Amino acid sequence: MNIIIMGCGRVGAQLAEMLDAEGHHVTVVDTDPYSFRRLPHSFSGSAELGNGMDQDFLRHAGIEQADVFVAATQGDNRNIMAAQIAKHIFKIPKVICRIYDPIREEVYRTLGLQTISPTTVGARMMKEAIERQG
Amino acid sequence: MYIIVIGGGKVGYYLTKTLLAEGHEVLVIEKDARKCETIAEELGSIVLRGDGCEVRTLAEAGCNRADMLIAVTGHDEDNLVACQVGKHKFQVPRTVARVNNPKNANIFEILGVETTISSTDLILAHIEHELPTHPLIHLLTLKGIGLEIVELKIPADSAVVGRRIRDIPLPSDSVLALIISKSKGAQVPGGDTVLAVGDEVIAVTKPENEPALRVAFTHT
Repeated sequence: MNIIIMGCGRVGAQLAEMLDAEGHHVTVVDTDPYSFRRLPHSFSGSAELGNGMDQDFLRHAGIEQADVFVAATQGDNRNIMAAQIAKHIFKIPKVICRIYDPIREEVYRTLGLQTISPTTVGARMMKEAIERQG
Repeated sequence: MYIIVIGGGKVGYYLTKTLLAEGHEVLVIEKDARKCETIAEELGSIVLRGDGCEVRTLAEAGCNRADMLIAVTGHDEDNLVACQVGKHKFQVPRTVARVNNPKNANIFEILGVETTISSTDLILAHIEHELPTHPLIHLLTLKGIGLEIVELKIPADSAVVGRRIRDIPLPSDSVLALIISKSKGAQVPGGDTVLAVGDEVIAVTKPENEPALRVAFTHT
């Protein structure tokens, strides 16, 4: 599959590494060139420097051929806007959007985005870990 | 009207000031404490410190009774989310967003933000309007029906000078609405109206027919 990951932070880079190792064609985009240091030497995909909310740049990064778009920057609103551009303008079949704010996550899930809130997931897992100990 | 303005920067500040002067009830939502202080000092206690994209802040602002939400921060993503949250969580009837990158206007429109304002486009349009050599000027885009209103100035060397309107081949879906001539002033054009040098033609057309319309009136 052709996969575009926006945001080369810890999550974005690790996801890119995992998908790349499985043989997918991965393109990581980030506005900070220093962020690409997180990609391992073995990474065979591409890293593009630019703003994932810019439609011209997304075209340049190959979004028109993408099967999957993942928005994983630190900014909820940036992720939301880029994910909606991928879904509604470029009609990418699978779009995944990280949203830290659980309430905002609920709003956009209702609006049809496939969302993940690390806040909700993290808190739930910690709670489960505590209960397992008990 | 009760209007919520998101973003207390320069645009937000002057917008709020104007809206207040027009008698509207206005609340500005701004993250930065110092900007909030300045606004409160100068315009009164009409400012709420907080993130205008957050449901909680908008609830505190009484968003459910707002007639309009205007998002004018310097970040398109924040303006988009504020409008969408206002619309879908609080059913604000009308949302307006400032768009910093004019190319983002399409995504705002697709996602149901009623009005987008791009300062870049506005400045460009004004430059276009001020350039006397430019034969076709955009006056208004009628978004809902995909038409636009344009103004054409008949140049001295145009082949349409001295011709009747019925003899000028117009592109499809184009209508001449008004002719403004130096001698006769504004007149509703008929088939027998004859065009003269310097006449201004106000026409309604589809964006894709605009080049053909320009050619029809300016070719020599």
